[in-house]
Amino acid sequence: MSPAGPVPEHGPRARSRISLIVNTQPRELLVDPWKTLLELLREDLGLTGTKHGCELGECGACAVLLDGDLALSCLVPAVECDGRHVTTVEGLRDGPELHPLQAAFADHGATQCGYCTPGMLVAARWVLDRNPSATREEIAEALSGQLCRCTGYLQIYEAVESAARVLRGEPPSPPRLPAADRSVPDDAR
Amino acid sequence: MTPGDGRTGSAVGRPLRRIDARGKVTGETLFADDLSLPGMLHLKLVRASLPHARILGVETAAARGMEGVRAILTGADFLVPFGILPVSQDEHALCVGKVRFVGDPVAAVVADDELSAEEAAALVEVRYEPLATIASPEEALSTPEPRIHDYGDGGNVHKAVALDFGDVPAALAGADRVFEDLFFYQGNTHLAMEQHATLAYVDPDGLLTIASSTQTPHYLHRAAARVLGLPPARIRVLAPPQGGGFGGKTDPFNHEIVAARAALLTGRPVKIALTREEVFLCHRGRHPVLMRMRTGIDRSGRILGHSVETLLDGGAYGSYGVASTFYTGALETVTYRMDRYRFRGCRTFTNKPPCGPKRGHGTPQPRFGLEVQIDKICEQIGRDPAEWRIENATQPDTLTANWLEIRTTGLVRCLEAVVAASGWRERRGKLGRGRGLGIASSAYMCGAGLPIYFNDMPHSGVQLLLDRGGGVTAFCGSTEVGQGSDNVLALLVAEVLGLLPSDVKVVTGDTSLAPVDLGSYSSRVTLMMGNAAVDAASRARERLAAAAATRLEIPAERVGFGGGKLFDVSDPSRSIVFAQAVQLAEAAGGTVGTTGSYRPPTPKARFKGGGVGPSPAYSYSAAVVEVAVDEATGVVRVVKVWIAHDIGRALNPVAVRGQVEGSVYMGLGEVLMEEQAFCRLPPRLSSALVHRGPSMLDYKSPTSLDMPAVETILVENPEPNGPFGAKEVGQGPLLPIPPAVANAVHDAVGVRVDESPVTPEKVLAALRDPSRRFGPTTFPEVPWPEPVRVAPPWEGKP
Repeated sequence: MSPAGPVPEHGPRARSRISLIVNTQPRELLVDPWKTLLELLREDLGLTGTKHGCELGECGACAVLLDGDLALSCLVPAVECDGRHVTTVEGLRDGPELHPLQAAFADHGATQCGYCTPGMLVAARWVLDRNPSATREEIAEALSGQLCRCTGYLQIYEAVESAARVLRGEPPSPPRLPAADRSVPDDAR
Repeated sequence: MTPGDGRTGSAVGRPLRRIDARGKVTGETLFADDLSLPGMLHLKLVRASLPHARILGVETAAARGMEGVRAILTGADFLVPFGILPVSQDEHALCVGKVRFVGDPVAAVVADDELSAEEAAALVEVRYEPLATIASPEEALSTPEPRIHDYGDGGNVHKAVALDFGDVPAALAGADRVFEDLFFYQGNTHLAMEQHATLAYVDPDGLLTIASSTQTPHYLHRAAARVLGLPPARIRVLAPPQGGGFGGKTDPFNHEIVAARAALLTGRPVKIALTREEVFLCHRGRHPVLMRMRTGIDRSGRILGHSVETLLDGGAYGSYGVASTFYTGALETVTYRMDRYRFRGCRTFTNKPPCGPKRGHGTPQPRFGLEVQIDKICEQIGRDPAEWRIENATQPDTLTANWLEIRTTGLVRCLEAVVAASGWRERRGKLGRGRGLGIASSAYMCGAGLPIYFNDMPHSGVQLLLDRGGGVTAFCGSTEVGQGSDNVLALLVAEVLGLLPSDVKVVTGDTSLAPVDLGSYSSRVTLMMGNAAVDAASRARERLAAAAATRLEIPAERVGFGGGKLFDVSDPSRSIVFAQAVQLAEAAGGTVGTTGSYRPPTPKARFKGGGVGPSPAYSYSAAVVEVAVDEATGVVRVVKVWIAHDIGRALNPVAVRGQVEGSVYMGLGEVLMEEQAFCRLPPRLSSALVHRGPSMLDYKSPTSLDMPAVETILVENPEPNGPFGAKEVGQGPLLPIPPAVANAVHDAVGVRVDESPVTPEKVLAALRDPSRRFGPTTFPEVPWPEPVRVAPPWEGKP
C-alpha cells in the first residue's frame, strides 16, 4: 500500500526515516507514525508471513525476534525499530531447505491451518536458541503466549522436541502415531 | 517407494507430510488478508452502537468530505436481503430500517488507506430511535413486541418445532424409573486465529472477483449474485486457505458483499480485514441452549422413552438457526437404543450477535445433557456408566427411532478402548478425594444428507487433468480451512493412480475454475469430496490402464498402478512410467480429463423436519477424562484425556490425530472457560446490551499450559460409504469431552455442575449448596406447535 500524495514534513501524519536489519538484510524506509512493526513488515516490506490475529498482544500470531528477543510486533511502534534487528518466519531458513523447526512442524502435524505457525516457529526458535535441550515443560511455558486453535499443542511440542534433536546433531524422531484398533478386517474398497 | 500389488496405492494410511505443510511453515501460504493489489482501497464498516433501534437517518456528509474518501454506502444500496438458509433471508449487507445488535453494520466507508477509512467512519452519524432490547430467550418469549424480525413462528420466536416418534408420555408412564433434568450449555465462539478478510475486485476480463475467508464459497457466490443483482457467471469467488474456520466462516457475511459492491462502484480493488472485536460480533457460534430432558427406563436400564426440549438463544438473525434448532434433537438417538423419542426445539431472536454453527453444530449441547443424565441414571440404579453404554449402544445396520440409518458403528469398541486404556475398572472411585474419572460417548455425521438449498445436483464434484508430463491436477470447489481437505483430495487421487499425494496439484476454493463442492461444514468433505475424487480418479485409471494394456500387450485387468508406474501385476518388471501412460492415453483418446461426483443416498426419514440428521455415515467417539478438583478454590484441572474415535479408516494418521486432539482441546475450552457472554452498559452509557469482552484477553481460551496429556486411539472399522472406508474426524471427537469432564468432576467431589462452562465459581456454589448441584432450575413455558407424529421404524412406516 502506498498512500497517495506527498509526505508531510510536520503534523500528525509526518513520516520518519528509519533503518533496520530485517532477516539479515539492511532496510531503509519512511514509516507512518501510527504504524506498528507488524504493519511495517506486512505492508511496507511485503513480508506477509507474520500474521495479525488480535492487534492487542493477546494471541502471539505476530511474534518476531527483535534483537534476538521474542516480541509481539503488533505492540511495537515501527518508529522505535530504528537500528534494530528483526527476524521473521521468512528469516528462519536460508535458501530452499527448511529450517529443522519448519521441517519438524510439517512432519509432526504441528501446523494445521498455519495461521499461528509463523509466530509459533519464531517462539520455538527463541526457546531453542536459549536452551537447546529444553524440556516439555519449558517448551510449553515458552509457547504459552502463542495461541493455537487447531492442534491442541501436543503435536507442536513433539515437533519442537524433534527439531531440537536435529539441531543437536541427533536424528529426528518420527511423528507419533495414534494407537490403532484394527480388530475388524480391512475390506473396504 | 514399493509398487505394492498395484491394486491399491501407497498413500492411504501413511503418516505423510501434508501437501500444504511447506507453505504454512515457510509463511508463504497466502491467506485472504495477505492479498493486496495495486490501487487497492480500504473498507471500514460503521457498526450499530445500540442493540435494537430504528434508524432515523445516516449523516454521511462530514465523512464524505474527508480527504481520501472514495465512497460511502448505506442500507439504501443493499435492499435485497440474503441469508444462508432459503427460509431465513433476513440480513441486509448494511442495515435497512433498523439495527438488531450492537455491531450490526449500518454504513461503510471506502478510502485510500485504512486509517482514512477508519477516521471517516467515525464521522458517520447515525440517528436512532431506541427500541426495547430482548436480552434472553426468556425475555423473547415474554416480550412478543417489539418483534426483532417480522417473520418466524410468532413474536420473537424464530422457529419452534415438535416431533414425536411414538408415544413418549405413555412410555414414561410405563417406565420403571423416570429421570428429569435441566441443563444449560453456554454459548461460545470459534475464535479462529485468522480474522475474516475480503479482497474484492473486477478482474481485467470484467469478472467481479471476491477473495474471502469463507468456508462456503458456493453459498457466498449465490448470496452475492442475489444481492448485487448480477448473473452468477459474472462473479468469481475465491476461498484462499483459511486460518481456521470451525464453522465461523460458513455464512455469507455483510463485509464480503459490501466489499464487492464497493469494488463495482469505485472500479478499484477494495479490501477489508476485520478487527478481532468485529470477529466476535460476526460470531455465528455455539447457541446457548437451555434443555429439559426426561428419560424413562425399564428394570434393566433400557431406555423406553426419551424426551428433549431445547430453548436456543439465536441472537439477532436467522443464520443456520433453523438447522441448528433441529440439530439440538436430531442426533440424540444415534448412540443408545431408545424405543421412543420426543423432541421439542425453540429458537428465539435476541438482540445479540447471531449464533450459528460451531464444530458439532447444535449437537454438543444436548450431548452434554444426555451424557450427564446417563451418568446420573447409572449412579441412581447402581450401574457402571461404561458398562451401561456398552450394553445399550446402537447396533450396525439399524434405524434409530427418528429414522436415521446407522451403517457401521465403532461405538462399543471406542468405549472398550478408553475403558482399557484409562484403567477405568481398576481406578474409578479409587483415586481419592478430589480426583475423578468421567466417561461419555457421542456420534456425529459425515456430511448432511441434504444440501442447504433444494436441488438434485451432486454435493461435490472433482475434475482431473492429466498432462503429458505426468502431472495430475485435481480441481474441486472444496475449501481448505486448516483441517487438511486439500491433502485429502490429493491423497485419494494419488491412491487410485499409484502416486504420492505430493505428485498431485490441487486447485480448490475457486468457483470459476473448479466444480461445486458445497463447502467445509457438517464434516462432509472427506466423505463427499473424497468419493467424488475417487470417482474421477477411477475413470482416469481406466483410461490409463487401457492404454498401458495395449502397450504391454496384456488385459487391462492385469495393469497395476504404483510407484509412479503402470506395470503387469504378473510380471512387475514389465512397466511404463506414469507420464508415458498419459501420453499413450492422450494419443488413443484425446485430452485426458475426467470428472467425478457424489450425491449422498436418499434419507429414509420422509417427514417434515426429517432433512436434518440423515448422513451417509456416522462417526463415533468415546472419552474418559481424569480431573483433579481443588475443593478450596473450585478449580478443575484436567489431568489426562483418553479418547477413541471410530474413523472408519485413517487416511493419514498424523492428520487424524491432529483433528482428534484439536477437538479435545476445543471441547475442554468450552467446558472449562469459554463464554460468549453479554452484559448491559451502565445507564449513563446507554444501557446497551454489549459483548462482555470481545477480545482474546477477556474471552478465555486454553493456552499450552492448560492442555493435558491426551491418549488418542483410532478405531478402524471401514465404512462402505466412505472413500477407502474413511469417516469424519473434524467435529465428532469434541462431543464427548464436555460431559466427560462434568461427570469426572462429580466422581471427584460428588457435585453436579449441570451447565457449561464448569467454572470454579460454579463448582464452589455446588459444593456449598445442600443439593450438591449447580444448574438451571426452571424451563419457561414455550408455545410448542402441534407435533409431527412419526412412528419409530419398529412401530410402523414413516
